[in-house]
Parts: sequence; C-alpha cells; structure tokens
Amino acid sequence: MAKTALKAGARFKSTVCDTQVMVVKAPAGEFELRCGGADMVGATTAAPAGGALDPALSGETLIGKRYVNADESLELLCTKGGKGTLSLDGTALEIKQAKQLPSSD
Amino acid sequence: MNISTILDMAAEAFGDRIGVVSGGQRYTYAELREAAWRAARRFKASGAAYVALLDVNSPAAPVALFGAAYAGIPYVPLNYRLTPAEINKLLARVAPAVLVTSADFSGRIEKRADIEVIDRAAFLALPEGGDELPQPAEDPRAIAVQLFTSGTTGEPKAAILRHENLMSYIVGTVEFAAAEEDDAIVVTVPPYHIAGISAVLSSTYACRRMVQMENFEAAAWLDACRENSVSNAFLVPTMLQRIVDHLVDSGTQPNLPALRALAYGGGKMPLSTIAKAMQLFPTVDFTNAYGLTETSSTIAVLGPDDHRAAAASSDPAVQRRLASVGKPGAVEIEIRDESGKVLGPEEAGLVFVRGPQVSGEYLSLGSQLDADGWFPTKDRGYLDAEGYLFLDGRADDVIVRGGENISPGEIEDVLLGHPAVADVAVVAMPDEQWGEGVAAAVVLKAGASASVAELQELVKNKLRSSRVPQAIVFKDALPYNELGKVLRRIIRQEFVQKAA
Repeated sequence: MAKTALKAGARFKSTVCDTQVMVVKAPAGEFELRCGGADMVGATTAAPAGGALDPALSGETLIGKRYVNADESLELLCTKGGKGTLSLDGTALEIKQAKQLPSSD
Repeated sequence: MNISTILDMAAEAFGDRIGVVSGGQRYTYAELREAAWRAARRFKASGAAYVALLDVNSPAAPVALFGAAYAGIPYVPLNYRLTPAEINKLLARVAPAVLVTSADFSGRIEKRADIEVIDRAAFLALPEGGDELPQPAEDPRAIAVQLFTSGTTGEPKAAILRHENLMSYIVGTVEFAAAEEDDAIVVTVPPYHIAGISAVLSSTYACRRMVQMENFEAAAWLDACRENSVSNAFLVPTMLQRIVDHLVDSGTQPNLPALRALAYGGGKMPLSTIAKAMQLFPTVDFTNAYGLTETSSTIAVLGPDDHRAAAASSDPAVQRRLASVGKPGAVEIEIRDESGKVLGPEEAGLVFVRGPQVSGEYLSLGSQLDADGWFPTKDRGYLDAEGYLFLDGRADDVIVRGGENISPGEIEDVLLGHPAVADVAVVAMPDEQWGEGVAAAVVLKAGASASVAELQELVKNKLRSSRVPQAIVFKDALPYNELGKVLRRIIRQEFVQKAA
C-alpha cells in the first residue's frame, strides 16, 4: 500500500466511493490514508478504475464532519460524503465532537 | 485549500436552500455557486491581478468573493465611504483589476486602461460561458482576500488573508450546516469590513440564509428582521445603541419572535447599552465578538451564558465581565509588557494572539509575527483569573468611532492647514453613542483667532462628517515628552474628564 505525506490544506478523494476530504492538520511523516479499504488519491488525480468498496469498511462519511485519529494529531474535514470508512494506517478514524463555541457572525 | 470549498459544501448539502436575500432578489446555494462559477470564468478571462468591489451589500458581494476564490485571484472590497481621490489611489495599487461597482459609485472612478469596470447588474447576469468548471488553485498560501486598513500613519496598509487563514477560522469556529432550515442572519456590516467577509463565509458554511441590508437604520433593521423572520444578527455597538434608542424613544417592544442570537463587535460597547439591550431582548442570546482584520475576524467571544451570569450576579468580579470581550476562541492569547515579558492575571499590557487563523501580514511590509508566531494586536488589555479578556484602549492612537477606524493624522493635517492654527493633537474621547469620538486640542498662533465652529466646518469640508471633532479645546501649548513626541495620553485624559 502507498504511503503519503499529509499536509494541511491537501485534498484527497476515495477511489471506491464519493468521499472527499481536506487535511485540517496532520503529523509529519508518511501514512496510509484509505477510504472503504482502498488508498485515497489526490483530489485532482484520476482515480484508478476497478476498485471495490470493502463491505466491512463501509461505515459512511458525512459532509462537514471532522475525522480524527485517537490522539487527534490528524484531522480531516469531509468535504463530500460517501459510503466508505476513513482509516489511517489501518485504524478507522472517528468523528470529532462538535464545537461548543457560540457563533459570532 | 481554498475558501470556495465552503460554497461547494453548502451547494452540495443544501443546494435548494435560499442562501442570499437582497430586496426582491433570492439565490439558493446552488444558484450562488453557479453565479460564482460564471464570475470566475469572467475574472480569469480578464487577466486581472485583483478582483475589486466598490459597492454596498448586494448579492454581488458573495458572488465576487467566491468567484475570485474559484478563479484563484485575490478579492479586494474597497471602502465606498472614502473620497474619490482615496478610492482612485487604492485602485492604482491593485491594477490590473476587474472592478465590480454600481451606478452610485462608478462616477467616482477615474477611467484607466488597467481597471476593467463591470456594472453590478451586468455582473449578476453574466452568460454561462462554457461547461468547464473552474478548478481553484490548491495552494493554501495563496491570497484569498486583501483588505486596506486605515493605518495610523500615511498610506493605508494592505492586510492579506490567505486561504489557510480564513479556512482555519471557519472550520475552527463554525459547525458545518449548523443552521436550521428556517434560520436567517441579517447582514448590515459593509462588504469591505472583515466582519462582512466573515459573515458571508460563516453563514455559507452554516448553510444559513443571509438577508442583506444596503445601509443600517434602526427602524428599517427591525422591519427587515420581522419580515424575514431573522434568527441571527451581527451589529457594531453603534447600531445596537440606535436600536435601543429607537425602541426606548418610540416606547415600542422589539416584537421579533424569531430572533434568537445577537452578536456584536467592532468597537467598545457601552455598558449601559448592552444592559438595556438585554432588558429589551430578554430571550435573545448575546455574544460579544472581538477580532481584527489581521486575525481573519473573531479571536475571543463572551457568550450568552456569560452575559446572563454577569447580569444576574452580585459578585463584582462576575458583574464586570459584561464589559469583557470573553475568552479566546480557536487561538491563544497572552498579555505582555513593553519589554516582552508575559504578564499574569489582572496585569494590563499589550495583547498578543497566536493561531492558524492569524495572518498578521501586510503586503510589502511582510509578516508582523514574532519568531514564535505571536501577533501584536496593538490593543491594550488584561486577563482575569479565569481567562476573560478585558480591553483597555488601543496602543496606537487610532480612534474607533462606531466600528470605523479613524486616523488622527489626517484630521491634524487638515486643522494645521488653517492659517490660525499653530499646533494640534487629535485624540479619542469616550462617547456613549459611538464608543469613541473625535476630540482635538488646538494651539493658536499668537494674536490669531479661530472659532470651534469654523474648525469643525473645515474638517467637514476637507474630509467628511465622521472626522469632525465633537470637542475642541484651545491650549497655550501641547504636552510633549523629551523626545518631542506629543503625549496624547495626557490630552485624552482631559477629554475623559470633560466627557464625564
């Protein structure tokens, strides 16, 4: 599986569902970022054909939700929802709790 | 990373929801995105380095903001209250540019080959222009918005906000699609103000309908809120004061059953105004938002619970929080003394802020952040033991009158142009209605004379009415320090006593 550097601002898309994400923050280094069991690719890269969604990894992504790893060193913003489960180095990402800040504008 | 993602997400999730209402015009989020795409194609084809806007609030403001983002061109909304000379100077600084404007302002623009003027109506009726969708640049460091600040000295500074700053602010402080189907926010801040930019971005991200007002007037604001079942609003303190005055003078109740949240910021809120407003709107959630252009808008908020706790408390330490700007949002705040030492609770000093939404950067001057990423706000203030921030005036001498920054220098220059004036210092004075007002200490030449009314008339004619000193005192001499710098602090103190 391909490892990728995740830089804040970079956008990725799933190759097996509609999911798209934007990196809000990420630790240094290279990681396996997958959705639905398949490697994600850059948002503007042509997706390789023939991939299939792993039914065991079809937990859905929701637009506008932020996805984090256990220590919240990685945060992704889902910019388009899809059927697959997001994972980093084989561990599924969780939805980050909603913000409590009152909206100011 | 590009702020156009905000509109993409809203159009994707709630494309049929009304996004913008302006008079009789309505745009769903899907229509807003289509208009922004058409604008982006037009901007790209023009070869412009900037997309400028010189206009009051209208759908053209969000369309130009997002259209510029899709095209990967910086967006520069200009202050339409400036004089024609000031406007044309700024236009020269952004050429070659596309300028979106309306008939009210186009007469003030000098024709130039490198400024392409598009009338608002034509801009909102651009043809389709192709099926290819604009592919925004991915560079998070690209400049999204450039705002000219009214600097303390000389030329206005061009504050730059990168896509990463604005996206960090929105993603860090607003929950996507947080608005209910029927929610609406009334937008009264002008499009050239950072609060006008953040109103568009945060409302779009929350998928909240924006009701635009061209100009603020208290009775019209109440009508607009009622007619559009407005649930949220943002006001500068002067606007809230006018609403309070209108209700008190007319002896009427607000009668705004849909209104849930009222945020305010952009200047100092008089305690009497907020206290009275809370009585008039007992069910409304009040939020005080403190922010700067250079920080992509809000950095600290005093929330609804804080307001209610302060109003209900008999503890002076809790009561006084009604005058605080609250706690840091998605940033860190610290107070330092003049030497840079970090101060503890209750110790007043200079306010510093750090975080991804903080740009702290001006074109040509570069980044003002220190080695550790801290930005000097140039505001003075202190934190209490629980981390509430209290502001204590500005370190520089800008007068903030009703949310509008006024540089004393330009008023001093005009007054010095009077044949009888030998020396002058313009300072802020406390003002119940505007937060701060303009005051001047004037030294006349020996044997010369000038009346207060005459000097006020001079400023009104050369600048504009908001610059006219509301108080003028005549002095034998101004106080100076040993380095020849006029001691504004001492002059300000005199006007504080005069106002009290």
